[in-house]
Order: sequence, then C-alpha cells, then structure tokens
Amino acid sequence: MEKTLPKIEIIEKYCKGCHICVEFCPKDVLEMKGFYASVKNLEACIKCMQCELRCPDFAIKVITE
Amino acid sequence: MAFDYDKWIRPGKLPHIWCPGCGHGIVMKGLIRAMETLQLKKEETAVVSGIGCASRLPGYIDCCTLHTAHGRAAAFATGVKMARPEMNVILVGGDGDGTAIGGNHFIHACRRNIDMTYIIMNNYIYGMTGGQFSPCTPTGHKASTTPYGNPDPGFDIAKLAIGAGATFVARGTAFHANQIDKLIVEAIQHKGFSVVEILDDCPTTYGRRNKFKSVIEMMNRLKEVAVPVKAAEKMTAEQLQGKVLTGVLYKDETKPEYTVEYAKVIERAKASK
Ligand SMILES: Cc1ncc(C[n+]2csc(CCOP(=O)(O)OP(=O)(O)O)c2C)c(N)n1
Ligand code: SF4
Ligand code: SF4
Ligand code: SF4
Ligand SMILES: [Mg+2]
Repeated sequence: MEKTLPKIEIIEKYCKGCHICVEFCPKDVLEMKGFYASVKNLEACIKCMQCELRCPDFAIKVITE
Repeated sequence: MAFDYDKWIRPGKLPHIWCPGCGHGIVMKGLIRAMETLQLKKEETAVVSGIGCASRLPGYIDCCTLHTAHGRAAAFATGVKMARPEMNVILVGGDGDGTAIGGNHFIHACRRNIDMTYIIMNNYIYGMTGGQFSPCTPTGHKASTTPYGNPDPGFDIAKLAIGAGATFVARGTAFHANQIDKLIVEAIQHKGFSVVEILDDCPTTYGRRNKFKSVIEMMNRLKEVAVPVKAAEKMTAEQLQGKVLTGVLYKDETKPEYTVEYAKVIERAKASK
C-alpha cells in the first residue's frame, strides 16, 4: 500500500525561528531556511505530530487527511 | 489531523508577544487542547491571570478572561467562582506571580480547596521584568539580582501546594507537550483546587544568563530531568538525584469543596432567620 504523505504548512507570519520543530523531529523532515522553518524531506514524515505539538507559536500544521 | 487552535484564539491576536522558543506558547496550546477535549463552553469558562509574561495568556484566549493585578489571580478567580460556582475557573501565571507576591493567595486557595484549576508556568525567573530571581530560582543560579549565584533554596511548587491543602497536584514540562493537555483535563475534571505546574523555559532572561546555549539546550534539560512518577517507583534514591517527578503527584477526592461548603453556610444563615 502506498504511504500517504501529509501536508505540512508553515505559517511564516507566526514562525519565530526557534528551531524547536527542526531539532525534535525524529525523522529529520524539517530544516531552517533563513529565519523560518521549512520542509526538507516530506517523504520521511511519520505524522507523529511532534513538531505541531511543540511549536510555541502556532506556526506549523501537519495536515493528514 | 492538524488541531484547530483558531476556535479558541481571539481573532487577529497572533503572533503572540512571547520570545522565540518561550514555553508559554506550548502551555497555552496544551490548555486549548484540554478545553477542546472537555468541550468547555466559552461563556462558562473563565481564564484568570495576574501579571507577567505567563499572565499575558488570557489575552489570547477566546472565552471569559480576566487579566488582574500582580499575584492576585487567585483572589479575583475566587470572586468569579463564588458568584458563579457553575463556571470552570482556570488560573494561569508564572512562578513569580504565584509564589512571590501571590504566594499568600496561592496557599490559601489551596487550603480552601475551592474548585478551580491553577496552571503555573515555572520558568524559574521573573521573565517580564528582565530576569530578577524568583522563589523558584534554583540555588546557585544567576539572575539579574543574583549575579554571583542565588544563595536561596527554591520552592518546590508541587510540594507547597500539597502541604497547603490542594487536592490535585500534577507536574509536566514544556518539552513533554503532549502530556500538558492530559494533565490539565484531569485537573479541570477534579472537584477541588487543582494545581498543574509546568516546568518551562525563559531563554531570554534565564537561559542566556545560566549558560544555556540555546532554546534546544533548555528543552533537552527538561527532557533529562523529568521522570514520570510510575518510572520513579522503580528507581533508587541515587538514580533520582537531580530529577523531577512528572505526572499526577497527588489526588484526594475526600476533602470538602469550598463552594459546596459555602452554600451550606448560606442555607444555615437563611434557616436561622
Ligand atoms: C505590584 C507589582 N509589583 C511588581 C510588578 C512588576 N512585575 C511585573 S511581572 C513581574 C514578575 C513576573 O514573573 P513571573 O510571574 O514568573 O512571570 P514570567 O514573566 O516569568 O512569565 C513583576 C515583578 C508589578 N507589575 N506589579
Ligand atoms: S509530524 Fe513528526 S515526522 Fe513529520 S515533520 Fe512533524 S515531527 Fe517530523
Ligand atoms: S517550532 Fe514553530 S516557531 Fe519554532 S521554528 Fe518551528 S515553526 Fe517556527
Ligand atoms: S522574557 Fe522569558 S518568559 Fe517572557 S516572553 Fe521572553 S522568554 Fe518568555
Ligand atoms: Mg517566571
């Protein structure tokens, strides 16, 4: 069965560039690009939601379905 | 599915004022998830705070809110609860607000066992005013007012709450984000005074001064020191050195609740006329 990928939305207007989502993603999906968080490797995402849960700024959403 | 926080945020209020990596935002999200889990009604829910960075939280939440005087959240919240006992009353604030200037209000709310939930964001410092030490700053740590290291021992907020008579006491951390809402849900469901301490981070006024290189280092520290109560049962005193217990630390469902007792006082007074 093919794996369905989530959509990861980063709201730059809210992102304060704290690195939390990037550092604690277990699959190294995210990276910092300039000031903001950005998606580097969506394929690896396991939809664990850790990034969305920990972002202090409501700036990252993992949309699964 | 991504969680819809927007329902509980006042329109146009984001981005919030907290610094990059400040854990207060993580706690606010946990509170919102808890309110949604419990399907609280906005008009029946009051979030009350004192003063401080943590105390800015009610400004963002779309329900009944009260931003009061420094350390006085418990007093104002008690007024709300006594006037409208059917309301869910949630207090939020920092370690400075709650254990320094507001310490007295805190212990007496615990003693009364009034049915409210108090979420204390403990970042070990007065963040808002530039990093003065608080009663929770650990011994030896630096603050703007203790540049050579704090000589005082810090308060253990959870023990203080238990000692003063709170009937539900829990502790979590800003790192363990998915536990925050679960603890708050249990606390709100508890009939009596419930305290949820969240070990938090203030990278701006505490982290830098105490040689934390980044927010990530502060988060890793929270990850390292936290030990769930269940896991601690199997650990030796030596292994528990320097650790902090997390989870539900205390629960007593037998103690009378204040608004119920006060209603009886009203009945007695009416009957005696
Ligand atoms: C009566 C009074 N005294 C002092 C202050 C200054 N003051 C504002 S916030 C604060 C401390 C806040 O610390 P804390 O509650 O830990 O919140 P944090 O900013 O760390 O989140 C102080 C001393 C005030 N606003 N009012
Ligand atoms: S959902 Fe999990 S795996 Fe996917 S980006 Fe977020 S933290 Fe990484
Ligand atoms: S955790 Fe949030 S604020 Fe921090 S870098 Fe990631 S998206 Fe931006
Ligand atoms: S000063 Fe500290 S407590 Fe206040 S918003 Fe900044 S990081 Fe948070
Ligand atoms: Mg503080």
